[in-house]
Amino acid sequence: MSRHTLAVLVNNQPGVLARVAALFSRRGFNIESLAVGPTEEPSLSRMTIVVNVEEQALEQVSKQLNKLIDVLRIVEMPAASGFERELLLIKLDLTKASRDNLVALSAPFDARIVDEDDASITFELTSTREQLEQLLAIFNADWILELVQSGMVALQRGTSTLITPRFTQQRAEQA
Amino acid sequence: MPEQTTGAQNLVSSLEHAGVEVVFGIPGGAILPAYDPLMDSPTVRHILVRHEQGAGHAAEGYASATGRVGVCMATSGPGATNLVTPIADAHMDSVPMVAITGQVASAAIGTDAFQEADIRGITMPITKHNFLITKAADIPRAIAEAFEIASTGRPGPVLVDISKDALQSRAEFMWPTSLNIPGHRPITEPVDADIAAAVELILQSKKPVLYVGGGVIRADAHRELRALAELTGIPVVTTLMARGAFPDSHSLHLGMPGMHGSVAAVGSLQSSDLLITLGARFDDRVTGRLDSFAPHARIIHVDIDPAEIGKNRRADVAIVADAKNAIAALTAQLRSRFAAGASLDIAGWWQTLNRWRESYPLGWAEPTDASCAPQQVIQRLGQICGPDTIFTSGVGQHQMWAAQFIQYEQPGTWLNSGGAGTMGYAVPAAMGAKVGRPDRTVWAIDGDGCFQMTNQELATCTINDIPIKVGIINNGTLGMVRQWQTLFYNERYSNTDLNTHRFPDFVKLAEAYGCYGLRCESPADIDATIEKAMSLNDAPVVVDFVVHKDAMVWPMVAAGTSNSDILVARSLAPEWDREEGA
Repeated sequence: MSRHTLAVLVNNQPGVLARVAALFSRRGFNIESLAVGPTEEPSLSRMTIVVNVEEQALEQVSKQLNKLIDVLRIVEMPAASGFERELLLIKLDLTKASRDNLVALSAPFDARIVDEDDASITFELTSTREQLEQLLAIFNADWILELVQSGMVALQRGTSTLITPRFTQQRAEQA
Repeated sequence: MPEQTTGAQNLVSSLEHAGVEVVFGIPGGAILPAYDPLMDSPTVRHILVRHEQGAGHAAEGYASATGRVGVCMATSGPGATNLVTPIADAHMDSVPMVAITGQVASAAIGTDAFQEADIRGITMPITKHNFLITKAADIPRAIAEAFEIASTGRPGPVLVDISKDALQSRAEFMWPTSLNIPGHRPITEPVDADIAAAVELILQSKKPVLYVGGGVIRADAHRELRALAELTGIPVVTTLMARGAFPDSHSLHLGMPGMHGSVAAVGSLQSSDLLITLGARFDDRVTGRLDSFAPHARIIHVDIDPAEIGKNRRADVAIVADAKNAIAALTAQLRSRFAAGASLDIAGWWQTLNRWRESYPLGWAEPTDASCAPQQVIQRLGQICGPDTIFTSGVGQHQMWAAQFIQYEQPGTWLNSGGAGTMGYAVPAAMGAKVGRPDRTVWAIDGDGCFQMTNQELATCTINDIPIKVGIINNGTLGMVRQWQTLFYNERYSNTDLNTHRFPDFVKLAEAYGCYGLRCESPADIDATIEKAMSLNDAPVVVDFVVHKDAMVWPMVAAGTSNSDILVARSLAPEWDREEGA
């Protein structure tokens, strides 16, 4: 088993997320993380799906995904030539740990303070999963009031794009 | 300003533009607006069925018999959910079908309104694609795309769910002249390099087999298959879905592989060094235990669906293409290689295969009492009615015997529920087939269990002048389940006795539906009864063939075991040649 990140270009239509999620569950694949949002092309959405599967199973699930009419393109994001980001928001209890201590501990990670009051402080960190995990590891569990993490999003480096002119051209023709 | 017509009218106009000649369905509240203009359509005939499942299987039977898209229609809620079984069936067997359902008004969607069901959500995993349409203006494009998706690439079912307000509101009718579906681009032409690689494997092989699946029939590639087989002399096996893709009378045909396949067909796969897989998908009923299936064989896999390649068995050469194009390309390249001096030496292979074929022909043990052997009834049906007859079947023992003991000579003459195994398929599918091919005799070979699931469509057949013939292979039990209880559950017959030799009286039932009802209880009467049924063509005919309940389907590869452990009868394994080691 190994982790793979899939970038999936889909029609921006109701029900697409259900189709994709249902396909993963029906074929017995567990999704580690899934992020979906609009793209530079309004009619298209982009999903970033992280799965932990065997190589052969990955090929099979990609082919099955490709059969969905609303799925237009699937690219496995190469770890070496791409970059990945996740967002962490973490709210910490100032009655359990001092503000100075928390700020000092989080300083090496470039975490931003997005909210604070007398009893709590909330940091935001956008980074790789590894960085997020390292930040989480330095806080005692009982300091944490609440935390939320986004799914991973990923892009390839350089000029390469998931939406090629072919798609935008087709859209224009169709309109 | 262009003329605005109702969504309902636009739906009917769309069906007309799509070339639909028949729709099987039942009206109800949400779909009701569509039924009003449907009444006036000059080209679209609507056949009112008695249960939506019947509409779905009729659409499948029509599609499988004609190669065209079958269409069924139902209302929202239970009307739509009653279509779920045939939709799943069409999905498993790659049947081109468009299902149109009414939906509650868009403002009521999600409120648990009367007769509301999320049929789009329900059918997501069992359709190629589905639509929920809530605007009149969107109907024509959805219908056009539905037909395109259903019928191109690997065929399959598409559902179009249309809200009642979309049917009632008005829009200009515009039939799309060109379709652009970016997520649907089937690859139909093979890559030259793949064909060349496949040809190399074929020329190197000593024990090749053409493993032919239903894709060859869907691709209308039976002529190309025959040319390839005759050019090379390679033996052919046809799966349950492919019966008729290659003539059973042809000397190169070894029969059907799989759980109830012939010894020669099953043995050929197990001993082969090269499977030339054409539109087949290594289904578990063909492979038996997968890790012991065809252990010595390299695999050429031709399929139009890339997801089938490597799904169950790794392919050495994968050819993603329409089977018709791929087979023609293989034949053309092999022909030129042969002309240039290449050869294929499979005489020794044929010696082995012929020995198995001669030693283990299909057969059956005659009942010890005076009752009819179901196999004999079915074999005589095939022999008396001839190769132009279309046979449909339900699921179970009678289905396997109909696959084994009828000689199929043409594609589209054997229609059954292969992947889903849907009891109740036979009668409505026969109805659909007869509507599509009124020139042909259509027999539903059904079990007494299956028949009781969908026989209400006999009323549809009688009233609409669709004179199908039904042969009930009546053993009084759920025969295949009983067979498993005999073999694997110590002959403890839990809930398989249907008492169908007593209730219902199928002859009276047939007559109640306006059909001819015949009964045959003795082997001496089989031929005369079939001939009588063949002579009655002004109404449907139902024949109650009362048969022995202990008859079993042989050969058999028990579920979960290796094909090499096939038994030709209870506790009787074939004697494979020692050097074959199969």
